[in-house]
Amino acid sequence: MAHVSDLIARDIEKYLESHEHKGLLRFITCGSVDDGKSTLIGRLLYESKMLFEDQLAALAADSKKFGTQGGDLDFALLLDGLTAEREQGITIDVAYRFFSTDKRNFIVADTPGHEQYTRNMVTGASTADVAVILIDARKGMLTQTRRHSYLASLLGIRKVVLAVNKLDMVDYSKEVFDRIEQEYLAFAQQIGLRDVVCIPLSALKGDNVTSPSVNTHWYHGPTLMGFLETAEVADKAQDGPFRMPVQWVNRPNLDFRGFSGRVVGGSVRRGERVRVLPSGKESTVARIVTKEGDLETAIAGQSITLTLDDEIDISRGDMLAAADAPPGIADQFEATVVWMNEDEMLPGRPYLLKIGAKTVGASVATPKYKVNVNTLEHLAAKTLHLNEIGVCNLNLDQPIVFDPYAENRDTGGFILIDRMTNNTIGAGLLHFALRRSQNIHWQAIEVNKQAHAALNGHKPCIVWFTGLSGSGKSTIANILEKKLHALGRHTYLLDGDNVRHGLNKDLGFTEADRVENIRRVAEVSRLMVDAGMIVLVSFISPFRAERRFARNRVEEGEFCEVFVDTPLGVAEQRDTKGLYKKARSGNLKNFTGIDSPYESPEHPEVRIDTVATPPEDAAESIIGHLRGIGVL
Amino acid sequence: MATLTHLQRLEAESIDIMREAVSESERPVMLYSIGKDSSVMLHLAMKAFHPSKPPFPLLHVDTTWKFREMIEFRGTMTKKLGLELIVHVNPEALAMGINPFTHGSAVHTDVWKTQGLKQALDKHGFDAAFGGARRDEEKSRAKERIFSFRSAQHRWDPKMQRPELWRLYNARKNKGESIRVFPLSNWTELDIWQYIHREHIPIVPLYFAKERPVVMRDGALIMVDDDRMPLDHGEKPMLKKVRFRTLGCYPLTGAVESESDSLTAIIQEMLLTKTSERQGRVIDHDSTGSMEKKKQEGYF
Repeated sequence: MAHVSDLIARDIEKYLESHEHKGLLRFITCGSVDDGKSTLIGRLLYESKMLFEDQLAALAADSKKFGTQGGDLDFALLLDGLTAEREQGITIDVAYRFFSTDKRNFIVADTPGHEQYTRNMVTGASTADVAVILIDARKGMLTQTRRHSYLASLLGIRKVVLAVNKLDMVDYSKEVFDRIEQEYLAFAQQIGLRDVVCIPLSALKGDNVTSPSVNTHWYHGPTLMGFLETAEVADKAQDGPFRMPVQWVNRPNLDFRGFSGRVVGGSVRRGERVRVLPSGKESTVARIVTKEGDLETAIAGQSITLTLDDEIDISRGDMLAAADAPPGIADQFEATVVWMNEDEMLPGRPYLLKIGAKTVGASVATPKYKVNVNTLEHLAAKTLHLNEIGVCNLNLDQPIVFDPYAENRDTGGFILIDRMTNNTIGAGLLHFALRRSQNIHWQAIEVNKQAHAALNGHKPCIVWFTGLSGSGKSTIANILEKKLHALGRHTYLLDGDNVRHGLNKDLGFTEADRVENIRRVAEVSRLMVDAGMIVLVSFISPFRAERRFARNRVEEGEFCEVFVDTPLGVAEQRDTKGLYKKARSGNLKNFTGIDSPYESPEHPEVRIDTVATPPEDAAESIIGHLRGIGVL
Repeated sequence: MATLTHLQRLEAESIDIMREAVSESERPVMLYSIGKDSSVMLHLAMKAFHPSKPPFPLLHVDTTWKFREMIEFRGTMTKKLGLELIVHVNPEALAMGINPFTHGSAVHTDVWKTQGLKQALDKHGFDAAFGGARRDEEKSRAKERIFSFRSAQHRWDPKMQRPELWRLYNARKNKGESIRVFPLSNWTELDIWQYIHREHIPIVPLYFAKERPVVMRDGALIMVDDDRMPLDHGEKPMLKKVRFRTLGCYPLTGAVESESDSLTAIIQEMLLTKTSERQGRVIDHDSTGSMEKKKQEGYF
């Protein structure tokens, strides 16, 4: 593997010295064979001189036998390791490749791009610092580009390279590249990828792989190799608080009791205070023991053995952490779960969950929703199938020590194991701990609804506006609120769009999500009625059942349903937000009135015909009704 | 904030893997093949459990055809480190007199090594076995997990591998099943040599160039290590300055002519050379995918 470096021949000692201080970058490549992914990796290995002559000879022989490049070197064959893969011409599994340059060492997780292999990409991404996402310049952004980017972002990869490959096939067109770059950057922003570099490439011809290409004189950014060699990869956990799951208790004799594990967050210093979790006991680090002698300090990534000043009972699965910034402890969580097994997830079934050095019993609740990895839509789900991703609540049979995955991959990532087969059937990312609802008791309150109402000087109630998108609900609600405010009434307006930006931003527009959307709003409205307010709710709220639910949450006379009655044709003609147009062209799914039903109220308190009634008059007629029922 | 160099990262990962495997198994064992990778793995084990001794024995599956210097080195090292060594010699192979000359490399390897290994694991009830294989060695290795599950029949099913995420290793298995653990998965050949250099790890002298008696067989230089080696009519061992890039059964391991008699010279030669290390091994070349096939049957 002739490294070009002359140093090897001239001064091997010096070469070894410089090689020893190189860092390591782990990255993942995503894309299908058609995008030229294998060619690109083959090219990187080739350019960094990592191929031996016998490997090249074997490759040449294989290329003739199985190749798809008409007898030319087919780099894909270098990468597809298993006989089954060669026979089927596909990549089954994650493979790891190694190469090095004079600046850095690299481990590449090579994952296939087929739809059914989300599992593999998630696996490869879990240890990667950088993702290289390939696009065929002729095809531009595809569904799979979105999928790969979403998965990279989900697993916490912050640095992404969009490799716009096969630029030679579009005559190295700047326009083509610019268009793809713009489209991608806009999309990346949406899914929270902020650190993105787009590079115009031809893996086949070698443009911008290791040296800047004359064919793309208009491009002034880094080459792919240049980027990989210099990319700063700051692991968030590294700068975070100290974390070390105890893997093994080291007890060679009665005089020594050490706790072995890998530092997965922050650093630790001799003499520092640490907290032991879950017990919560604290002590001071006495020694950091290694075979080469004690260390003063240890940093994230190191495998060490610690001893403490105090005799504390600590066993495998416990965590040592910074005393002033300890992790959380809980037994119920919201988490993103990636299902990796042929058999679907069974909500409620007892599985095992492994996190750090701890394994506990766990069950997963019915998903709140699953994510369509191609469109990022939230969809209702009763279970998760192979390669599906959903957000679910977890129940554990004992508390675990954790950080949110966004803070620390190692203390926030877990796997699920089947108790019978012992297979790894899923993986997940902890979001946050839930409070055990059975531990929350109803608190008796002395300042009650009546007391609030007395102080406010008016009765509370909910004015619930329902109607199609664009029917005029918000317009009327706004005018009504201004009028009530002028009358000195305490009001609050809950608007459908606004609530979806915050409280309900995790919900989509499927039937299940719409139900949950209204349930939450109904509960919030009820609390506000308790607080003595007049709550104006402006939601499409298409289903009778949920409006009935909202009505039943408050007392008789506290609910005023306003049906903003506008024919579909009129609302669609107004199309104030341009949504009907989108829905008609198929770009917006589950839109009320178009491909999702609207159930008109049977007995509304107030019905407003918006074709005949101006908004001002509509608001007045509602005020009339509120006077009639004694609210005003 | 300081960051770790790639060797420090690799070392920490290997130690982490060993501790995890020991914690999650009943009866672990370390396969000790006496080669350079085994030497590095053993060195890492000494670090991982310090100040305790590694809480497992070493197992050498002996074929009776190893280089004499390897056997000598095996004795010296285990004695020096004070570790328990189990040597398993397949009694059936011994009785049948299996050897590479009359039975061919495929049968020889299968009976002595693959069957011998399975016998030893079953005999002692080991449920986790460390091996020194690296992913950069061979294509089917590149796809193997660090914790690699084996059925009760010791079979590897490449399509049924457990997903391995983050640093979370699933070592669970039912009775009779086992896990092969590869702490050096992410090391490259250069990393191994560099680490041997940095840590002053002892290795078998066969890696260093020296005048040795060899004969040319099918394009490979084979060392005549003892008088069991049948010589063709008129064939005479020649003294050549050779060394070995990889070690196995002496009749199946090709030497390379070399002047490299120091560690740095070896590394220099390795970096400037143009053939990969496994080329010296006859067993990989039997057929395309032969390693994958052997692994499925229980080979390490």
